[in-house]
Amino acid sequence: MAAPRIDVRKTYKLYIGGAFPRSESGYSYTALDAKGRFVANAALASRKDARDAVVAARKAFGGWSGRTAYNRAQILYRVAEVLEDRRPQFALAVQQSEGLTPARANAVVDAAVDRLVWYAGWADKLTQVVGNANPVAGPFFNLSTPEPTGVVAVLAPQGSSLLGLVSVLAPVIVTGNTVVLVSSYARPLPAVNLAEVLATSDVPGGVVNILTGDAATVAPWLAAHLDVNAIDLAGVAGDTELATSLEVAAADNLKRVRRAPATEPDWAAAPDLTAMTDFVEIKTVWHPMGV
Amino acid sequence: MEFEYAPAPESRSVVDLKPSYGLFIGGEFVDGHGGAFKTISPATEEVLAEVAEADEADVDAAVKAARRAYDRVWSKLSGAERAKYLYRIARIIQERSRELAVAESLDNGKPIKESRDVDVPTVAAHFFYYAGWADKLEYAGLGTDPRPLGVAGQVIPWNFPLLMLAWKVAPALACGNTVVLKPAETTPLTALLFAEICQQADLPAGVVNIVTGAGATGQALVSHPGVDKVAFTGSTEVGKAIARAVAGTDKKVTLELGGKAANIVFDDAPIDQAVEGIVTGIFFNQGHVCCAGSRLLVQESIAEEVLARLKRRMSTLRVGDPLDKNTDIGAINSAEQLARIRELSAVGEAEGADRWSPPCELPDRGFWFPPTLFTDVTQAHRIAREEIFGPVLSVLTFRTPAEAVEKANNTPFGLSAGVWTEKGSRILHVASALRAGVVWANTFNKFDPTSPFGGYQESGYGREGGRHGLAAYLKGGEL
Repeated sequence: MAAPRIDVRKTYKLYIGGAFPRSESGYSYTALDAKGRFVANAALASRKDARDAVVAARKAFGGWSGRTAYNRAQILYRVAEVLEDRRPQFALAVQQSEGLTPARANAVVDAAVDRLVWYAGWADKLTQVVGNANPVAGPFFNLSTPEPTGVVAVLAPQGSSLLGLVSVLAPVIVTGNTVVLVSSYARPLPAVNLAEVLATSDVPGGVVNILTGDAATVAPWLAAHLDVNAIDLAGVAGDTELATSLEVAAADNLKRVRRAPATEPDWAAAPDLTAMTDFVEIKTVWHPMGV
Repeated sequence: MEFEYAPAPESRSVVDLKPSYGLFIGGEFVDGHGGAFKTISPATEEVLAEVAEADEADVDAAVKAARRAYDRVWSKLSGAERAKYLYRIARIIQERSRELAVAESLDNGKPIKESRDVDVPTVAAHFFYYAGWADKLEYAGLGTDPRPLGVAGQVIPWNFPLLMLAWKVAPALACGNTVVLKPAETTPLTALLFAEICQQADLPAGVVNIVTGAGATGQALVSHPGVDKVAFTGSTEVGKAIARAVAGTDKKVTLELGGKAANIVFDDAPIDQAVEGIVTGIFFNQGHVCCAGSRLLVQESIAEEVLARLKRRMSTLRVGDPLDKNTDIGAINSAEQLARIRELSAVGEAEGADRWSPPCELPDRGFWFPPTLFTDVTQAHRIAREEIFGPVLSVLTFRTPAEAVEKANNTPFGLSAGVWTEKGSRILHVASALRAGVVWANTFNKFDPTSPFGGYQESGYGREGGRHGLAAYLKGGEL
């Protein structure tokens, strides 16, 4: 009888600029499953990692925002396809992280895939829904259109490690922003797996950068970073003191702030457009009409 | 050839100012608990009126009056009824337009031809535009059940006193909110005349409240716990302080702040039109404009020609009495602002830029600054980076479109920009690459109630004007 095979375990790393580095700090922390059993040593992102991620996101912004809306739609749809294809891996990660039954974990993956498909379709429609021509009182062409706000820091929800994660990530990148995302601290596995999906779905390197670790230590650097244009505080829901201090820090360069809710919302509920529109700028262009 | 102009002053008699004004709270003028301050004409330093300075208790009373009006009256009115009040206000503004224009020029120092032909007509148009929205909000594309926020605390600047009031009050009321508005310390008069207009329109008491005062009054208003919405137009510094003050609250905020707009002139631009656009861009309203085209980026190959024509055109600008119908550039709004313009201009010279102004005689009394041009400016110079908020233009050059865009975007601001070229595809490319909320192509400094206005980055957030301007005053507004 052959001895049982020793399985090959994966090292869980960060995702910055399309590469998978360990934390520059060399620190890691123990990610446990819902029953408190060891799952993995996740990289503990540092201030330097956050800064590197911002540099990568800024570098990727021109290219990503310059893609056609149709192309961004195709890439987001591709993310949904690859996620669906890796269903068992994600169902297991959600099951482990959130302590759900296999059936419930599968339903979460379903919803996450469907949400990506929903947002993918918005890429070439949002401009038509939130932009418009303006009938000014004079001989001028006048058009208002939404444009991405820039580099967005996203604190992903602590509880909903996949559906919540997808629900805060997809609406930000679909309009052309690039992202530095801090995953759920206690449940980082789905985020690390999603990074692998993004890396193989034609999402250009640097468009999404994923840091595993503690929002309380990493987020203040992102909130105060002068090359970050906006921040979504979803991941500090319920922590009024931290959320307030991050909003204060964000005022240094007038970041757009999507405030933290009092408690983590039910991510299964249908989203409204604000998850996208909070991170766009309306640009209005005038030109005279004449012969 | 030298032209001589005979004085053509607009009559002051159309304005009947009271010696002193109280606060407008709950539909009536009341005495404040704080002190009083004088508002002067910046053109002559003459005292125009004494105005109450609202303290915290006064602000609290105003917010409570606004809340009562919201709960008992305004939130219960149908949109169609709210609309009729706004239409009434628009009509009264048209009826009293000359009086408002003269009062504005007296208190602010801006040329009468601007207050008469730009500010006041646009104010009336703004009320007309938003009046029509009041009963159509469910069609605005901002959710299926648009609801007002409650009480809006609004703080406005001194550069377009009545126009900024209109930008704030009209959409707020159309969406069903009530307001407490604080006009700027140096330009309270047209807001107080507007309070009289609300009385003439029989607007229900407390729907509009006006508290005069300085920074402390504004601070008390934006941090009042009874305020659901804060709208501010002014400096980036104060905007940041407000963003910090509202952190951790549920208050919705819109901020219209500073700018350092690039006005880009390509070598194929219609030069005469571009020169007019450069002049309008920086000298309109003495350059007291947050979206002023204060950085001229001109393509190197035509820089010499553009500058020669610009200097010739600047030599014909008439600086002087704001009430004279021939005046192009009026008085600087305050001694404080004049000091800032002088300081930054001196820094420009000290840092090595070359300063030029046309020969021009300035009045002895009042606050004046000649139209001024700086050449040999680099991107590192403070006059190329900081908002001067005066009639001072910094000129830089570029060689390629890519360099123009890079230089234009090299600023923490992002309010507006200008592009001058006859090539359509270049306009669209450059307009799309510029990180600014308003891009004027082959025109500059155009405003319209239907057209949203507001900035990227440190120029603030939210939009005022147009359909987008409604989102700032509605719950669940999806923009």
